[in-house]
Parts: sequence; structure tokens; C-alpha cells
Amino acid sequence: MSADTTTALKAKFPQVTDRPSSDHPAVNVPVADLFAALQYLRDERAFDLLMDLTAVDWAEGVSPRFTIVYHLYSTSSASYVRVAANCANDAGPAVPSMVSLWPGANWHERECYDMFGIKFEGHPDLRRILMWDSYPYHPLRKEFPLAGIETPLSDPEITQETGTAAIAAPMAGGPFVAAPGEINMTEGEPRAKDESWADRRARPDQTELRQVKD
Amino acid sequence: MVTANTELGYNSKIEGDVIVSRADAVINWIRTNSMWPMPMGLACCAIELMAVGGARFDIARFGAEVMRFSPRQSDCMIVAGTVTYKMAPHVRRIYDQMAAPKWVIAMGACASSGGMYRSYATLQGVDRILPVDVYVSGCPPRPEALLDALMKLQAKIKREPSTGRLFSA
Repeated sequence: MSADTTTALKAKFPQVTDRPSSDHPAVNVPVADLFAALQYLRDERAFDLLMDLTAVDWAEGVSPRFTIVYHLYSTSSASYVRVAANCANDAGPAVPSMVSLWPGANWHERECYDMFGIKFEGHPDLRRILMWDSYPYHPLRKEFPLAGIETPLSDPEITQETGTAAIAAPMAGGPFVAAPGEINMTEGEPRAKDESWADRRARPDQTELRQVKD
Repeated sequence: MVTANTELGYNSKIEGDVIVSRADAVINWIRTNSMWPMPMGLACCAIELMAVGGARFDIARFGAEVMRFSPRQSDCMIVAGTVTYKMAPHVRRIYDQMAAPKWVIAMGACASSGGMYRSYATLQGVDRILPVDVYVSGCPPRPEALLDALMKLQAKIKREPSTGRLFSA
């Protein structure tokens, strides 16, 4: 059933190629054919459910850098197909929005835009969904450090009142480090070898936090 | 048969004994035994907070069963769960809207220190934005631990000057 699907898809769209996959059938589709191919899969091949929509950032300097991945499911044949598309523009990646095909794509695409900065053309409401609107970065991009980058909070009044910001929080040594035989696991817990981060930045004075402004 | 009470003075045999005390002790005693919590339930700790409010653990035994979802009516904010940076300004704003005197319990590892979420998205301890009175360890803490925190907070309130926090935030 699924092999038929990819064969039929490749017959209809000559640019479509097979994609290595260890589980479900998968295809690479050029962005130009993406909307038509997914519409074909939904209407002609009964892939009526969009299970997931996400993206891959292969790394800075790699081209194509961003790949967008759709997981489709057919509730009638109980089978999956994976569709991937490489974004043409590495600096400002953009793909067509699938909200008109599956309304459920709306929040998936907003999350993908929030985390990777991929523009979904034709999306009815492309705003950040997880981070706040004024956040300047896309955190799942490879150039974004795991610890984060210091950023002011979304509310200037609260920033002024508390004097704090969204701070970088490096792991510094890893969260759970325990060499075999080093500690007795019934008596202790694995801990970071380097805990210097714990008091590197002083916390705000609690009495200051109690003060009313002016 | 009801008889008219003709006594004009205070009759300790009828009305009970007079207790002489300090205003601080009385005010703090009143505050201690009727703390209305602001349930700032942000993650899984809130489930334990609900258990504390339920019949088995019953926070009503300590006079703190009146969970107020309006900050204007609460005395003690229980921050139960992970505070994200997106939520942090709102948590502080809700705290600002509470009437003084007010207290804060940081419930669980996430509220106390960020917990296992050492990331770009999570506030590394609610004490960066709020003056915390009691920290509760645990992930999530047992309901008994929160009750213990409440008792610790009651002990703290009993020690402090009753007017000390009226004119601060």
C-alpha cells in the first residue's frame, strides 16, 4: 500500500526522489511541488491526518541548511508516509503553509517558525507560539547555544523592578556525572563535577525585591 | 427562662477570662491561622498542591484551605511548578497585585532553582523575581512537605513584627 503511494507520487511528480528511511516510506519533494504533492497525498491517497510537522537544521554553512519534514497518516489504511523538503534559501528559509490542507498545521507551523525561523507563506497568523513576541532568537537553530543568550524579559516594568533578565544558564560539567565505583548509589546521587555555575551570578537581594518602587 | 442581664461591668464568670497579650502576638496569631493561598500552579507540582487541598492531606487543618484565584484576596503565593521566562513577568505582576502583608512559598525544585530545566527558557529560581520565604525541596514535593513548609512559614510569621511588612511591597 505504502510502496504504491511513493511510486504513484513519483509518477505524478518527476522531481520526487526516495529518501533513506529505517521505518516508514519517505520521499524528498522540492519546495515548488510541496503543496501539490501533499494535497495529492491527502485527497487521492487518503493521508487525511497530519501527525507532525517539524524541521531539521543541518548546521551553519551547510547547504541546504533547513529541511522541513511532514509525517502523514492514513486513518483508512493505517499507514504512514514521511515527506521532506529542503528549503531553498539558507538565510531566510520559507515554505508554503499547509493550514489550508490541515487546520492542525497552524500551531505546528507557528512552533516551527518560533524555533527555527522558517517562514510559512500563506499562514493566517504566523506569530511565535512558545517564546514571547519580542524574543530575538530562534532557539533550536544550531548557532544558538544550549545555555541560551542573555535577553531582557518581555515586560520592561518588571525588568526594572526586579533587575533580572533571561540569563544564559550553562551546564558546566553536565547534570549527571558519576563514574562507576566512584560513589555508592544507595548513599549518594550523581552530580555535576563542576558546580561553579551554581553561585557564579549572585541572586537579587530579597529585601530589594520587597521594596515598592518610588 | 431568660433573665435580663443587669450587670454593667465585664463578668468573667459569664464572658470568660481576660487575656492580656501583645498586639503583635494577637495579629500574628490571626494571620498565621488564616492564610489564604494564591495557587500559582504552573506545572506538575500543582497536582500535589491539589492533593494538599484535598481531603486526605487537608490544608484546612492549618487554616489555609481558601485558595483564592484573585491575587487581591490572597496572602501567600505558592509558586508550584516551572516558571518560564515568558511567564515570569506575569508571576511578578500577580505578586505585586497581592495586598501586603504577603508571603511566598517556592514549591519544588523548579520554582526554587530552575530544577532540571537549565535552559534558555526557564527562570533559574523564582527568587530572582520574588522574595521567597520558604523553599520546598522535591520533584514534586510530597504533600506533607508542603504542609511542613506552611508550618515553617507560620512559625516565621509568629516571630516577625506585625507591622513590618505593611509598608513594603
